[in-house]
Amino acid sequence: MSETLSGADMLVRALQDEGVEYLFGYPGGAALHIYDAIFKQQKVEHILVRHEQAATHMADGYARATGKPGVVLVTSGPGATNAITGIATAYMDSTPLIVISGQVPTSQIGTDAFQETDMVGVSRPVVKHSFLIRDCAEIPRTIKTAFHLATTGRPGPVVIDVPKDTTDPDITAPYDYPESIRLRSYKPAKRGNGRQLRKAAKALVEAERPIIYSGGGVVQGDAGPALTRLAHRLGAPVTNTLMGLGAFPGDDPQFIGMLGMHGTYEANMAMHHADLIFAVGARFDDRVTNNPDKFCPDARIIHVDVDPTSISKIISADIPIVGDALSVLEELDALLETELAGHSERPGAAASKAWWGQICEWRDAYGLDHVMKPREDGVILPQQVIQSLYRATKGNAYVTSDVGQHQMFAAQYYKFPEGRRWINSGGLGTMGFGLPAAMGVQFAYPQATVACVTGEGSFMMNMQELSTCLQYGLPIKIVCVNNQALGMVKQWQDMQYSGRHSESTYSDSLPDFKTLVEAFGHVGFRIDHTSDLDAAMDEAFSAKLKDKVVFVDVWVDPDEHVYPMAIKGGSMRDMYLNKITTSQQGDYM
Amino acid sequence: MSRRVLAVLLENEPGALSRVVGLFAQRNYNIETLTVAPTEDATLSRVTLSTDGSDEKIEQITKHLNRLVDVVKVLDLHEAACVERELMFVKINAQGPDRAEVKRTCDIFRGQIVDVTATAYTVQLTGESRKLDAFIRALDRSAIIEVVRSGVSGISRGEKVLSA
Ligand SMILES: Cc1ncc(C[n+]2csc(CCOP(=O)(O)OP(=O)(O)O)c2C)c(N)n1
Ligand SMILES: [Mg+2]
Repeated sequence: MSETLSGADMLVRALQDEGVEYLFGYPGGAALHIYDAIFKQQKVEHILVRHEQAATHMADGYARATGKPGVVLVTSGPGATNAITGIATAYMDSTPLIVISGQVPTSQIGTDAFQETDMVGVSRPVVKHSFLIRDCAEIPRTIKTAFHLATTGRPGPVVIDVPKDTTDPDITAPYDYPESIRLRSYKPAKRGNGRQLRKAAKALVEAERPIIYSGGGVVQGDAGPALTRLAHRLGAPVTNTLMGLGAFPGDDPQFIGMLGMHGTYEANMAMHHADLIFAVGARFDDRVTNNPDKFCPDARIIHVDVDPTSISKIISADIPIVGDALSVLEELDALLETELAGHSERPGAAASKAWWGQICEWRDAYGLDHVMKPREDGVILPQQVIQSLYRATKGNAYVTSDVGQHQMFAAQYYKFPEGRRWINSGGLGTMGFGLPAAMGVQFAYPQATVACVTGEGSFMMNMQELSTCLQYGLPIKIVCVNNQALGMVKQWQDMQYSGRHSESTYSDSLPDFKTLVEAFGHVGFRIDHTSDLDAAMDEAFSAKLKDKVVFVDVWVDPDEHVYPMAIKGGSMRDMYLNKITTSQQGDYM
Repeated sequence: MSRRVLAVLLENEPGALSRVVGLFAQRNYNIETLTVAPTEDATLSRVTLSTDGSDEKIEQITKHLNRLVDVVKVLDLHEAACVERELMFVKINAQGPDRAEVKRTCDIFRGQIVDVTATAYTVQLTGESRKLDAFIRALDRSAIIEVVRSGVSGISRGEKVLSA
């Protein structure tokens, strides 16, 4: 005999049965039956945020750090629309999210009732799937299906819109939580096609100038160790996308840095000159390829992705493999092992020595250490802030970031030892993501060191969550690379609009962040001289301040640009290397 | 660029069709015609839609359609031989000497007159879209009062089937 429960109780019970630890949310009229059901139990902890956008980013940060789905609860109308930016952020970066929104009672849908928004309609382009509950009896199965969809295949956000009448405490139905779900219309790919795998293995052992280009799919698929094994077997250079950082260890000698718009010189040059690109869990994003017509002219392309729509969308693949990154990498590695058995080295190895020689030359000429020129007057460069953070945390922190120059500097200069350590909004580029995402990570791992690298502009987009940090005792360390401007916008204006800084500066009206965070009950430092940088960073991460939110407001050189930077319309080898040099003068091959 | 016809089996759920249509808008694909109705299995709808694009574009559209959770199967009908038909009604001004001429044109195209008034004929015509276009061209433009077309429906010839 199954139990009989109200819709609200079923909803909360289903979350318990899914093993949900945290529900990030904010109450309102249409969700109040659900909130009452939450009040009556202890298993799922509700986290009261200060803005629904932050709830979705928190759940997203939690999901990215753990691989488990993040769960959000908001009310109808403004609660639901506030969540949209966070849903779109998760969608673009394929993170598993369950967003439950209250809705006006079924009888009022379509009447422009108070706080009515067509949430299924508004969210449609930015969800993997969505549901509108029509009857409380549907709730258990719908929740099971939502979790299944969010977490399998290419993960993504799923919205469940719940009209108030379906959670009425006086209307009950039997509660049976399904063990598993099968959908005839949804069968995500798992293993790669055997013939394609063999073709790929052959191409890999024969390649003379191979490069491994791995993306967020490898992080999402927890396939970093498998990728590392395969890369070591081949001895090929590895570059990661902004989303894929850490999947291959940042301090491994085979790692040649991030690629793309702000990728390293050596990674972009190596991509352009490669004869074989092995792309895994990456999508040839426009921030990577630059002009697709000029993309890597000599390269054959192996493209592995769990989502067939990613393959040959921008760049056509010579050997497409649809499958889960982990399964494909493991099978491919086994094939390589047999292929190489009995050979002292792989057929392409001799040529690859010259290839590595070339890559090292590129690195020595314009590697990251050479594009940054420390100043002698004590003015801090933003890159130095990240180097100091890396040193103080010994590379062991979870680092979230916001969007702008500081994000690119963090991606370039912090070396991540494994996947899920670097958490940023790559696809949508959502300012305001960093702090709430860091909070989600800290909820998941209370003992871990969690740092949020932010800009003063981005920080002000969700700083109300400092209050939530105090409520739940989340000791996030916030490193604010304060360049007194919307730095990335200003950089583009410098480079493309003759330095006309239209609406990108506000230095006269910035708050005193130290006092601001103190008002929220936290600790703040402000520094502006290189001689204070390491000491401040060490103190922020010291045992003494272990339980505190610490905000390090670092005033940096406002005129620094992020380099390298892709030259618009060019190929991957076309880059600005600093304010006066471009790579076009330094073409090696 | 060529005209293509896709057949899509869809869960017969509220909102499913809006996801298909939304996909086309969102990805900047064109829908030229669209027809939809439940199949013999009431839990499934079948959509036929015609669009245009290069082979690569059609492949992308097909993959994106397949990615929608409600989509059970997609078939590009032009991959192999198929039968395509469209239904059209045309209300035509038919007065005086033109009345006989309209009737004759209608006969040539094997149209059926399904409604008659003193001043107008309503003609029903089925066939490939090209034939319907030709009928319209054959009429005196100023005589056409109203046109309604169903959009293409199609099915593969021979053994090939689209089923869940
Ligand atoms: C919500 C949102 N609005 C606008 C932008 C466009 N944008 C990209 S970077 C940037 C400047 C960010 O300033 P800040 O956070 O101070 O970082 P900085 O570039 O100065 O390091 C802006 C406005 C965005 N990415 N997100
Ligand atoms: Mg700034």
